[in-house]
Amino acid sequence: MSSNTRIKEQLIMKRPDSMFEMKNHYCPGCGHGIIHNMLGECIDELGVQENTILVAPVGCAVMAFLYFKMDGCEAPHGRVPAVATGIKRVHPDKIVLAYQGDGDLLAIGMAETIHAANRGENITVIFVNNANYGMTGGQMAPTTLPGQRTKTTPKGRNTSTEGFPIKACELINTLEAPVFIERCSVHNVPNIRKTKRALKKALENQIEKRGYSFVEVLSMCPTNWGMQPVDGTKWLEESMIPAFPLGNFRDRGAE
Amino acid sequence: MSDKLLMKGNEVIGEAAIIAGCRHYFGYPITPQNEIPAYMAARMPEVGGVFVQAESEVAAINMVLGAAAAGARVMTSSSSPGISLKQEGISYLSACELPAVIVNMMRGGPGLGNIAGAQGDYFQATKGGGHGDYRLIVLAPATVQEMADYTVQAFDLADKYRTVVMILGDGHIGQMSEPLVLPKPTGKTFDKSAWSLTGAKGRDQHIVRSLLLYPEDELEKLNIRLQEKYKLITKNEILYKTYMTDDADYLLIGFGMCSRLARGACDVLRKKGLKAGMFRPVTLWPFPSAELAKAAAGKKKILVIEMNAGQMIEDVNLAIGCSIPVDFVGRMGGMVPELETIVERVETYVK
Ligand SMILES: Cc1ncc(C[n+]2csc(CCOP(=O)(O)OP(=O)(O)O)c2C)c(N)n1
Ligand code: SF4
Repeated sequence: MSSNTRIKEQLIMKRPDSMFEMKNHYCPGCGHGIIHNMLGECIDELGVQENTILVAPVGCAVMAFLYFKMDGCEAPHGRVPAVATGIKRVHPDKIVLAYQGDGDLLAIGMAETIHAANRGENITVIFVNNANYGMTGGQMAPTTLPGQRTKTTPKGRNTSTEGFPIKACELINTLEAPVFIERCSVHNVPNIRKTKRALKKALENQIEKRGYSFVEVLSMCPTNWGMQPVDGTKWLEESMIPAFPLGNFRDRGAE
Repeated sequence: MSDKLLMKGNEVIGEAAIIAGCRHYFGYPITPQNEIPAYMAARMPEVGGVFVQAESEVAAINMVLGAAAAGARVMTSSSSPGISLKQEGISYLSACELPAVIVNMMRGGPGLGNIAGAQGDYFQATKGGGHGDYRLIVLAPATVQEMADYTVQAFDLADKYRTVVMILGDGHIGQMSEPLVLPKPTGKTFDKSAWSLTGAKGRDQHIVRSLLLYPEDELEKLNIRLQEKYKLITKNEILYKTYMTDDADYLLIGFGMCSRLARGACDVLRKKGLKAGMFRPVTLWPFPSAELAKAAAGKKKILVIEMNAGQMIEDVNLAIGCSIPVDFVGRMGGMVPELETIVERVETYVK
């Protein structure tokens, strides 16, 4: 890096050192890529790249480990927290990241989600909420909004037969063990910054062995929402945030 | 002289795993194997190990996946319905070439069935169970001593071939107390540094995965590698036992619990002047086909004895090329064939 402080101050974006120089496979306007970059920046700043193991979900982020110069593990659909538990119990001093989508975390993997949180596993869960199943082509997720059209709710989610969106942070906030719970979003720059701060705190908690941290990130899926990328950010702001209020739910690390 | 102990089969499995260097156990309660998690819960902290009562068998097998990927010697145990739930994870473990030991203390099925010992999971254990082309090494102990010995051996086999090894017992031998001498650690070590997840420090990243999107360049190659490994295992690792087979006219075949019955029946039949011998596969996969064919050559009749509807008969017939008539005595639903039934059946062959 240059020692020229002026250049350093002006540098607003660069590829994190912990990430490979490669194009990502996500759709234009997708939130996953932004979240990866924020994560990479946090890992750089905390200097834990060589010490971190990323568990990727079944979902659009199924190959997330290919973007990071870190060890990576696959998990069957929904089982990321269980796989992360297994790794962490073998290597309590490594940083173990559980990266999951909403189908993975709240539908098929609900039991693993709740119980890893309830055991207070010293891991960091990064939950990407895009209100649908991205990878399989846009079906209803537990987080799909009332009335939202998806492949499997062609007339919109009918709350009388399909229930209401599950609010992950609020649910996890009913448990004793977790130390950090926050919902963020990546639809604009100020919120991307906040997301990065939350991710960093969540990682610091793990480094300090404080316990389980959960960061939910509202994320765009313009492809399956049937929108242009810019409209995706707008829809997230106008439709998702009212249903999933942003903010910190718990921060025992700060106590 | 090593001390003789009197221990319950299930507890012996726990102790033998610890002797083998297993320090991570993940499980979920189910009868008739509850002594295993209870033993591990008490014993693991004493040896600096980890016991986690998982939220389900699905979670347990995926914790096993994580721990195996991290390079640990790891075990889970369950019984039939719980083993059904683990199948997706077992397929992933096999595809990711991760070593792990899985214990199935079979109970009566199908469905919730009952908690009596049974052998109805032979097909599931030896023919796949989960999706895709994979195999498990399946060891079927018949005594408490063998539970100990084969458990220790299972960890070496798992590491040697980076594969899943299943101990296929049943509720009876799991609950049975018998004298045994605890085995010694084998002292074998296996270097996992080339693939295990330990943090990419001073080396390229390691990735444990089974998603291989390119059929020809990736996934078929993995499958070919797996099949070559399974061939090697078949060549090297077959285990079986025989009892008075050489001069026998009738060959009784059973695995695990039923091999004890077969052996007992041979003794009774010999006293009655009937030449019966026993062949017992110890590895159910790889099945001792050539060895059975040799032992069966020239026999008048084969009698297969199982606590199921006759699942092993297919492998017996494949081994002998249907060259000898094969009869069957079996009970299902947690029932055990009676010795007299076996003896009487063989007696009908002479009449
Ligand atoms: C056991 C199992 N069931 C179903 C699937 C198919 N599947 C793959 S990804 C996926 C949904 C992923 O959606 P989500 O978790 O919301 O992640 P996203 O793709 O939106 O990031 C499903 C159902 C699977 N791979 N395994
Ligand atoms: S389908 Fe949606 S979640 Fe998946 S990569 Fe495309 S935009 Fe992203």
